[in-house]
Amino acid sequence: MIEVKEVYFQYEGTEEEKKYALNGVNMTINDGEFVAIVGHNGSGKSTLAKHFNSIYLPSTGDVIVDGMNTEDDEHLFDIRKKVGLVLQNPDNQIVAGIVEEDVAFGCENLGIPPKEIRERVDNALKAVDMYEYRTHSPDKLSGGQKQRVAIAGIIAMEPECIVLDEPTAMLDPQGRQEVISTVQKLNKERGITIILITHYMEEAVLADRVIMMDSGKVLTEGTPREVFAQVEMLKKHRLDVPQATELCYRLKGCGYEVPDCVLNEEECAKALVKLLKRGAV
Amino acid sequence: MVRDITLGQYMPGKSTIHRLDARAKILLLIAYIVFIFVAKNYMSLMLITMASLLVVLLTKVKFSMYVKSMKVILFVVVLTGILNLFYGTGNVLWEWGFIKITDGGINNAIFVTIRIATLVLISSILTFTTSPSDLTDALERLMKPLKIFHVKVHDIAMMMTIALRFIPVLLEETDKIMNAQKARGADMESGGIIKRIKALIPVLIPLFVSSFRRANDLAMAMECRCYNGGNGRTRMKQLHFGVVDLLGLLFSVIVFAGVVLCNIYFGAVVK
Repeated sequence: MIEVKEVYFQYEGTEEEKKYALNGVNMTINDGEFVAIVGHNGSGKSTLAKHFNSIYLPSTGDVIVDGMNTEDDEHLFDIRKKVGLVLQNPDNQIVAGIVEEDVAFGCENLGIPPKEIRERVDNALKAVDMYEYRTHSPDKLSGGQKQRVAIAGIIAMEPECIVLDEPTAMLDPQGRQEVISTVQKLNKERGITIILITHYMEEAVLADRVIMMDSGKVLTEGTPREVFAQVEMLKKHRLDVPQATELCYRLKGCGYEVPDCVLNEEECAKALVKLLKRGAV
Repeated sequence: MVRDITLGQYMPGKSTIHRLDARAKILLLIAYIVFIFVAKNYMSLMLITMASLLVVLLTKVKFSMYVKSMKVILFVVVLTGILNLFYGTGNVLWEWGFIKITDGGINNAIFVTIRIATLVLISSILTFTTSPSDLTDALERLMKPLKIFHVKVHDIAMMMTIALRFIPVLLEETDKIMNAQKARGADMESGGIIKRIKALIPVLIPLFVSSFRRANDLAMAMECRCYNGGNGRTRMKQLHFGVVDLLGLLFSVIVFAGVVLCNIYFGAVVK
C-alpha cells in the first residue's frame, strides 16, 4: 500500500540547518494492516505522517502510494483520496458549522453528485456513531466526538488508508477510548489500513505492528510483543513501555517468575494471580 | 458573558421558514429592510411589524431567543430613541435651556425605536433559520454575476464559512487567555479607557499567534480533503426555489403593497 524509501526531510529555514527531521526512513505499510508508529516528541513521527498523503514532500528519497510517487503532481488528488489524514487538534480541522456539512466537505471537493454525498455522509456518521448528532454544531461536542466527526469526514471520501496523527493527544481518557475503538472497528469491519501515530504505548499495543521511531529513524519494528520485549533497549532511548509491561519487567528484575512479555492489564493480572497462588510472594 | 450572544446564531429546526430557499430569504430580508424605511406612518409600520411577528411565530424558534438577540443591541435602540426625542419639530412640551422636547420628537422616538426593533427581529429570522453554510452558499450564488468583474466569489464565501465557524472557537480562546493573564496578575477591569485598551494587548498577541497556528492546521486539513478552490465542487444540499418560496414571496409582496398603500392614505407622521 505505502512504501517509504530512504526518506530524508529537512524543514525550511530551521536554526539547526544541518538537522534532519527524518533521517533515512524505510518502511512498508501493507493493505489492511493496523500499524502504530510511536516515538517521543521530535522523533519525526508527525513529520512522517504528513509524507503519506503528500502534504510534505521528502527532501530526498521517495514515498510511493499504490505505485504513485507523492512527488508526482498529477496524482496528488488520487493519493489524497486514497490516504486520509486526521490531525491532532479536532477544532482546527472542522471546516463547516454543522456536523453533516463538515463531513460532506471532502466529497463536495471531489465533485461527487449530491445524492451520493448524502449517502456517504450518513454512512460515515453511522460508522463513527455520530449519526444522531448530524445537525449539531461542532462547538457543542466533546473532544472525542469532534475527533470522530473529523474521522467521519475522511471516511466519507472512502479512503483505503487513514493516517491519524496523535488523534488522542488532546482528549480526556474517555474521548481517547471512543476514538481508539472507532479506529479499531474501521480496521476490522471495513478493512481500512490504519496508521496510528501516538505516544501512548497502551494504544500501540492494540496494533498489528508497532514501528518505533527515534531521532528521525526507525529504531525497531515488529508485533507489539516483539517490540515491547526489548524493554532495556527502549529504556536506553528514553522510550516508554506500557505500564503492565513495565511492572512485570521490574518484578522479573526482582527475581519473580513472570512471563517474558506482558502487554496489557489482563495478562499482567493473570501473571500476578499465578504468582500469588503459588505463594511465591 | 461572550457566550450569551445569540445574534447571528443558527437554531436548527424544520419549520416552514427553515425550509425556505436561503437565496429567497436573503433577498426578502433586503426587501423588508427597504420597506421598513419606506414606511412613513404608524399604520404602515405596524403592518410590517405584524408581518415580521407572524414570520417569527412561523419559525417556531423560542421567542426568548429573539429577546436575547434584541438585548445585545438594546443600548443602540435606546440611544437612537433618546437622540430622536430631542430632534423634532412641533409643539414644545418641555424646555430646559437649549433642550426642547416636542410632540414631533416623541413621535420620532417611538417610531424609530419600533423601526430598529423590527429591523433586528427580521434580521434575526434570517440567521436563526438558515444554517451558516446555506447562507454562504446562497450568497455565493447570488454574487455569481460579479464573476464577470473577476470577483473571487467562491473564495469570499469560503472565508465567510470559516469565519462563522471559528467565531465561537476564538471567543472561547479569548476567555481562556484572559483568565490565564489574570492568573498572572494582569489587571483588565480598572483604570481609564486607554489603560484598559493597553491591558488588552497581552490578550490579543497570543490570540493572533494561535489564530495563525489554527489557520495553518486548517489549511492542511482542507488540503487533506482535496480542497482545490471552487473548481468542480458540488454541494450536498441543493438550493431549491419551490412552492413555499413562492408563497413567501406572495405574502411579502402583499405586505409591501400594503405598506405603500398605507403611506399614501394616511400621510407621513415623521419627516
